[in-house]
Amino acid sequence: MATRSDAGPDRDAVPSRRALARLISVLEAGGPAARAALREVYPRAGRAHVVGLTGPPGSGKSTLAAALARAYRARGERVAILAVDPTSPYSGGALLGDRVRMPDLAADADVFVRSMASRGAVGGLALATGSVTAALDTAGYGRILIETVGVGQDEVAVARTAQTTVVVTVPGLGDEVQALKAGLLEVADVLVVNKADRPDADQARAELVLLQSLAAPAAWQPPVLSTVAVRGEGVGELVAALEAHRAYLDSSGEGARRARERARAAVLAAAQAQMAATLERAAADDRWDVSWQAVAAHERTPDDIAAELVAEASTRYWDLVPTDET
Amino acid sequence: MTPEKASDAATGGAAGSAAPPAAQRLARPIRVLVAKPGLDGHDRGAKVVARALRDAGMEVVYTGIRQTPEMIAEAALQEDAEAIGLSILSGAHLSVVPRVRQELQARGLDDVVLWVGGIIPAADVEPLRAAGVGAVFGPGSPLEETVAFVRAAVAARRAAGGET
Repeated sequence: MATRSDAGPDRDAVPSRRALARLISVLEAGGPAARAALREVYPRAGRAHVVGLTGPPGSGKSTLAAALARAYRARGERVAILAVDPTSPYSGGALLGDRVRMPDLAADADVFVRSMASRGAVGGLALATGSVTAALDTAGYGRILIETVGVGQDEVAVARTAQTTVVVTVPGLGDEVQALKAGLLEVADVLVVNKADRPDADQARAELVLLQSLAAPAAWQPPVLSTVAVRGEGVGELVAALEAHRAYLDSSGEGARRARERARAAVLAAAQAQMAATLERAAADDRWDVSWQAVAAHERTPDDIAAELVAEASTRYWDLVPTDET
Repeated sequence: MTPEKASDAATGGAAGSAAPPAAQRLARPIRVLVAKPGLDGHDRGAKVVARALRDAGMEVVYTGIRQTPEMIAEAALQEDAEAIGLSILSGAHLSVVPRVRQELQARGLDDVVLWVGGIIPAADVEPLRAAGVGAVFGPGSPLEETVAFVRAAVAARRAAGGET
């Protein structure tokens, strides 16, 4: 590729950034090409510190991710942000607006920001988030910040992808803070009350600290931090807390345990996706029409036909599963 | 937005109204970047277009206002955008668009589809086309025209790249 003679130093890395961007699209699209690509990427991944940022819509996840990226850049580290937004169940389209909160990062060649649509996946991430994280890791981004869609209670997929999970909340959510208790709080390694310049911030923080104090003593007690992400306040403390958590993971053996847990979750998710594709292919056979008819006429139950379909798909799995060899 | 409208908008697009799970979708969604270069802060038009493209089944990255040509090109690179819509109301189109083009070329993104929406005098349309702009949409242009242009132009780009 031709580069201009007045090109700055970042121009040298343009082809690799472009290749990374295209690789991510391939991984996102799924199917045999994605599987082959991941086979190249995966063995070289596993070095980066992957931090998940999750919390309700409007809690400031994007702004906080941008502030964290700036802090890591100030330390000379390369950062990637993977920002997931929801896909519309009606149109299949998505409005990916997280870049609006991070305008200054576009000019920094050592920050790679990628927006990702959830494409029908539940849990706050996209199906390919893990694969894309591996690609960013392989490309040499030592800090990878995964920002989930705005979540409610039990969308905790990020905890099965990131090493360290930050739950971001804001003052004034009232009962929604109650809702946080059941689902999100359980996956939090670090808790952040963002927009802490609001008058009721101290109360929100106090509630979270109280909740933490009720938990059984554990080797890692998730700290409760306050930030004002738009002004960068409290971000230094957050960086320190993330560092402390990473050190805890390394020293306690918890990191290795979680890595196995993540591996198990990744395999199961991939297996479910493969099985779903295989079932679709098996069910495409006209021979099943009589079975659909039997269920429609209430002569057979959906469960019983499903068992037959799963048996059929399992027996003929290697004929049915989409592979790159076929 | 109603589901009826959504299915209308999706007719003929990559995603039908009863879209199958992502794993089974054959055509991947079109990825578009909508950006607002320059100093004016009136982004309603850009947001309306971004939403129309989303409702047509596309993945639309919206970058917000006050973007420099370099920021737009870098975002297009990282997001692997297939098309870029520039919303320009400030009258700076004849200086901004060629600079965006230049930054795209510097990143090997010569083939990314580029279109402009905003207040563009008729006399400036041809110079913009000469600068690599595929279409210009002024005030009052039906949103369907923008959607149809992006679909056709991206389909042609994918075909040229050997992608079905």
